[in-house]
Amino acid sequence: MTALLTIDHVSKAYGSIQALDDVTIDIRSNEFFALLGPSGCGKTTLLRCIAGFEEPDAGSITIDSTAGVATDLLALPPNKRPVNLMFQSYALFPHMNVQRNVAYGLEREGLPRSEVAARVGEVLETVGLTDKAKARPAQLSGGQRQRVALARAIVKRPRLLLLDEPLSALDRKVRAEMQLELKRLQHEVGITFVVVTHDQEEAMSMADTIAVMHNGRVQQVADPVTLYSRPANVFVADFIGDGTLIPGSAAGGTFTALGRTLPCANPASVTGAAVIMLRPEFLSITAVTDPEVVLEGHVMETHFFGGSSTTVVRVGGLDAPVVISSPGAPRHGVGDHVGMTWAAADAVLIADPGRDPGSS
Amino acid sequence: MTTTEVRSSGRGASRRRALSARAVFAGPGLLYVTLFMSLPLLLILVYSFLNRGRFGGIVWEFTFENYARAFEPVYLKVFTTSIVIAGVTTVLALALGYPTAYAITRLSPRWRTVALVLVVLPFWTNFLIRTYAWIVLLNTEGPVNSALVDLGVIGAPIGLLYTPGAVVVGLLYAYLPLVVLPVYASIERVDRQLIEAATNLGASRTRAFLDVTLPLTLPGAMIGAIFVFVPSLGNFVVPELLGGGKTVMVGNLIRDQFLEARDWPFGSVFALFVVALLVALFALQAVISRRINGRGRARA
Ligand SMILES: Nc1ncnc2c1ncn2[C@@H]1O[C@H](COP(=O)(O)OP(=O)(O)O)[C@@H](O)[C@H]1O
Ligand SMILES: [Mg+2]
Repeated sequence: MTALLTIDHVSKAYGSIQALDDVTIDIRSNEFFALLGPSGCGKTTLLRCIAGFEEPDAGSITIDSTAGVATDLLALPPNKRPVNLMFQSYALFPHMNVQRNVAYGLEREGLPRSEVAARVGEVLETVGLTDKAKARPAQLSGGQRQRVALARAIVKRPRLLLLDEPLSALDRKVRAEMQLELKRLQHEVGITFVVVTHDQEEAMSMADTIAVMHNGRVQQVADPVTLYSRPANVFVADFIGDGTLIPGSAAGGTFTALGRTLPCANPASVTGAAVIMLRPEFLSITAVTDPEVVLEGHVMETHFFGGSSTTVVRVGGLDAPVVISSPGAPRHGVGDHVGMTWAAADAVLIADPGRDPGSS
Repeated sequence: MTTTEVRSSGRGASRRRALSARAVFAGPGLLYVTLFMSLPLLLILVYSFLNRGRFGGIVWEFTFENYARAFEPVYLKVFTTSIVIAGVTTVLALALGYPTAYAITRLSPRWRTVALVLVVLPFWTNFLIRTYAWIVLLNTEGPVNSALVDLGVIGAPIGLLYTPGAVVVGLLYAYLPLVVLPVYASIERVDRQLIEAATNLGASRTRAFLDVTLPLTLPGAMIGAIFVFVPSLGNFVVPELLGGGKTVMVGNLIRDQFLEARDWPFGSVFALFVVALLVALFALQAVISRRINGRGRARA
C-alpha cells in the first residue's frame, strides 16, 4: 500500500517555540492514524499545516492523487485542499441549524440542491441525528455537537479527515461510546482518518498506526502492539502504558544496573547508557530464597481489582517503585520481603543516550 | 432536625446576605436611574395627557388633544423628513463604519489601539465647535467648494450649506464612532475558527465573510444603527446650524415646544415618541440577536 499523505521534514516555529521539528510521517490510504502526545507537543500545529491554516517553515506535504501522482498540498489554498478538519471546539456555525451546517460544504462545491439534500440526509442518518436536523447547535448536547461536526466533515467525502481531539470535550461514558462509533464510521465511509489525541488509551483502542510526538518531534511511528512492546526510546517507554524503567548501562552483551546483571532481550543491541522496561504483567513475585530471583524489595501497597491485583514493591537503589500485576488476589502483605523474576525476552532494552551512564 | 434543614436554612441566610450585598452595590446606580431617568420619563408621560398653561407649565386637566394634534399634516411632515434624514445618515454610517471597523480588527494589536483612539478622538472636543467647523468647510467660499471648482467638477460655488445634505453630513460626522465601536466589538468576538471552518469546507474569503462574519455581526451592526438613528432624530443643533432652520426635525420640534411655544404637554408627546422608538428598536435588536445565535426556541 502506498502512502496517501506524505509529511516530509516539516518544521514550524512560533518565535522561539519550535512547534514542529523535522516531522516526517507517511499515512497510508484507508488507515486510522493517531497523533499521540502530551499537550503542547505540536499535534494541532501539524493538522493546521495539513489543512492550510499554518505554513510550515520547511519541508513538504504531498497527497497522493489518483494514479499515484503526488500533489503538493502546500501549493493549494486552504479552501481547495482535499482534506477536511474537525475542529477541537467543533466550530459549528451558531446561526445555522444542523442541516445547514452539514450542507454548507456541499453547497460550496456547487452541487445541485437535490444531491445536497440527499447526501445531508444520508449522513445525518449515519450519525443518528435525523431528528435534530432543524435544531441549532446551541440546543444540542456535547455528544450531538460532536456528531454534527463529524457529519459536516465526512459529508464532503474528503480523501483525508483530520480530527483534532474529537472526543476531549465529552464526558467519560459518552467518550467510550464515541470511540467505538468513530472506528465503525471510519470503516463504513472508507475515509483515511487522522485523529489527534493526548489520551493513549484512546489512541491504542482506535488506531491502526500511532505516531507519538514530544516537543515537536516524532518519537516513534508504529502499530499499537509494537509501540507497547517495543518502544523506540525512553520517552515512548515512559509515555505508553505502565511499567518500570530501570536505568543502567549496557556493554559487551550484558545490561548492568544496581550493581548486578539484569536479564533482558537482545542485550548486545545497545552499548552505553540504557534502561530496561518491565511491564507489570511480565513480572512475577517469588520468595526471596528462590534461586531465580533477580531483584528483591519490600511490598509498599497492594490493590485488588477482582480479576487481578497489583503489588507495588520498593527496591533499594531505585527511585521509582516496581509495579507487578498478577491474576487473582494479592498473595503478599504490606512490608513483606519479596523477590521478583522475569523472562529475559520480556525485558526491553532501550538506549538512553541523554543520560550519563555513570549515574545510578 | 436533619442535615438537609440545616443546610437549607444556611443557604437561605447566605442568599439573604447576597441580596443585601447586591442592594448595597446596586443602590447608587438604582437611585441614579430612578431620579434622573425613570422619574423624568414618568413626568413627560403624565404631561403628555395634560393641558398647557397660559405661560408655559401645565394645567391639571386630562386630555388626548396633544396626541390628536401630533397627527396634523405639519407634524407628520416633520416626522417623515426626520425619518428620511436619520435613515439616510444611518445607512451611510453603516456603509462607512462597518468597513472601518473591519479594517481595524485586521490591524496589529498596537495599531488597533491607535485606530480606536482616533475614532473616539472627536468626542473629546466640543460638539458645537465641531459643528461650526462644518459651516466653515461647506460655505460658498469654503475649502470644499473651492476644491470642487478647482477640480472642474462644478463651474461656480454651489450652496452646500443649509441643505438636508449638510444636515446628513453633520449627523454622520457626529455619530459615526457610535457605529464603529459596537461593530468593531462584534467582529472581534467572532470566533476565528468559524471562518477557518468555512474555509476548510470550501468557502473563499468573501464567501466566508458573507456567510459567517456578516450574519454574526448583524446584532452589533444593529446596535450601531440604533445609536445613530435615534440621536439623529433627536438632534436639534445640527439641523439648526447646518440646515439653517429650513430643515425641521423631531429634535427641533421638541426644543421649540418646550422653549419657544411653551407647550410642554405637546413637546412631551414627541419626546415620548423618540423614547418609544428607541425601546422598540432595542427590542427588535434583541429578538434578531437571539434568532441569529440560535438561543431562541427551536423552529422544528
Ligand atoms: N499561534 C501560535 N502562536 C504562538 N505559539 C503557538 C501558536 N500555536 C501553537 N503555539 C505553541 O506551539 C506549541 C505546540 O502547540 P499545539 O500544536 O497547539 O500543541 P498540541 O495540539 O499538541 O497541544 C505549543 O508550545 C504552543 O504554545
Ligand atoms: Mg491541540
